[in-house]
Amino acid sequence: MIYILYFIFYGFLLTAIIGLLASWVDRKVTARVQYRVGPPILQPLIDIVKLLGKETLIPRGASRATFLMAPVAGLTSVILVATLLWINNLGSGDTFLGDLIVVLYLLTIPSISIIMGGFASRNPLASLGASREMKLILGYELPFVLAVFVPVIKSGFSIRLAEILAYQTQNGAITGSLSGTLALVVAVFCVQAKLALVPFDIPEAETEIVSGPLVEYSGSALGIYRLMKNMLLFTLPFFLAIIFMGGLRSDGLHLLNGLLKVVGLVALITVIRNTNPRVRIDQAVRFFWGPLTIIAAAAVLLALKGL
Amino acid sequence: MSLKLKALLKSPWVFHLSTGSCNNCDIEILDCLTPRFDIERFGMLLAPSIKHADVLLITGSCNRQSVVRLKRLYEQAPKPCLVVAIGECSLSRGMFIHSYNCPLPLDKIIPVDVYIPGCPPKPEAIIAGVVKLIEKIKKK
Repeated sequence: MIYILYFIFYGFLLTAIIGLLASWVDRKVTARVQYRVGPPILQPLIDIVKLLGKETLIPRGASRATFLMAPVAGLTSVILVATLLWINNLGSGDTFLGDLIVVLYLLTIPSISIIMGGFASRNPLASLGASREMKLILGYELPFVLAVFVPVIKSGFSIRLAEILAYQTQNGAITGSLSGTLALVVAVFCVQAKLALVPFDIPEAETEIVSGPLVEYSGSALGIYRLMKNMLLFTLPFFLAIIFMGGLRSDGLHLLNGLLKVVGLVALITVIRNTNPRVRIDQAVRFFWGPLTIIAAAAVLLALKGL
Repeated sequence: MSLKLKALLKSPWVFHLSTGSCNNCDIEILDCLTPRFDIERFGMLLAPSIKHADVLLITGSCNRQSVVRLKRLYEQAPKPCLVVAIGECSLSRGMFIHSYNCPLPLDKIIPVDVYIPGCPPKPEAIIAGVVKLIEKIKKK
């Protein structure tokens, strides 16, 4: 029963609210970087409400069920990830063994839902974007999993989020060590690619393949995709904050500290996206499989040595 | 006014289509997005695809080649969708009024909600036109 409560209130409502705020932070920081004023604070919410009220068009020849179910699958997996993270961070943390692995799997499903939607919409640009997204997943998953190994090793080979958090409350954040810092740097780049933001917005490349897999989406289906992306913009930094920085806490000054962690990560992601050009897909894959994998492997070795 | 329309007016995503313009009007539309005018303050974004758009900005004199595409785009836009005619050409075909290639003005082809005159209209004029459009929808 308590889990259903977590699912609805923390997993969906709270994450959606914070995700929309994070998306506003992203747009506002972008605007300030470009010497603009930027949108009002409620803008992301208004966008979603507007999209929910619009007509949803299904292209002729598209696979109707897949086309409409893909955004829902993506949103559901984000809600599940957020629920697991909130239970571990706020609740008693008595989840199952291996919830870290489940979170890693569920974090791939938003990208897979975008691929499904892109291929289902029967548009050449969408197919192109979906195939690029697939290559990008192959690229970033390896260094991301290696980077996540570091907190696992540090906390004495524990694959439960609650134990990783408990380790950090006693011994300080994992970022404090050399291996933790290296792993966090790698993970931030992978998150950038997971969110499909510049320099890794190759699947969505607006100026090139209009908006890739989303090109045929309209109305409420697009609204759900947008909500999914906004929630992911909070969930991924939250995941990094939990495994590398000791999570968020709700008592006194720690609340401010936790807020700083998440807002800082979102602002860092935004600044990276505003100061870089888009790379080609082969450059991105080479970057992930080359330097980033080497750094992540070095971090794992350092963590095994206890640094 | 319904919540649907209220939200639409707060976040109109625009899609611009040139039906044979000389590109000046299109440049002035893009000027509205620059730091000097910054229409993202009002929630307006440039939509990459017609399926995401709420407002269709149409420039140019609607020549025979582009009328087919114009009709198809208007049908593909998810409704409710508003249409803005920008520039002298799309209002009355401008200097091409006697041309063999421009048989009909824009508002004889698809319904137009607001007209913004000028050759090309200044970004200020475009923003003023959009404000008039919002006022018009609000009064309905």
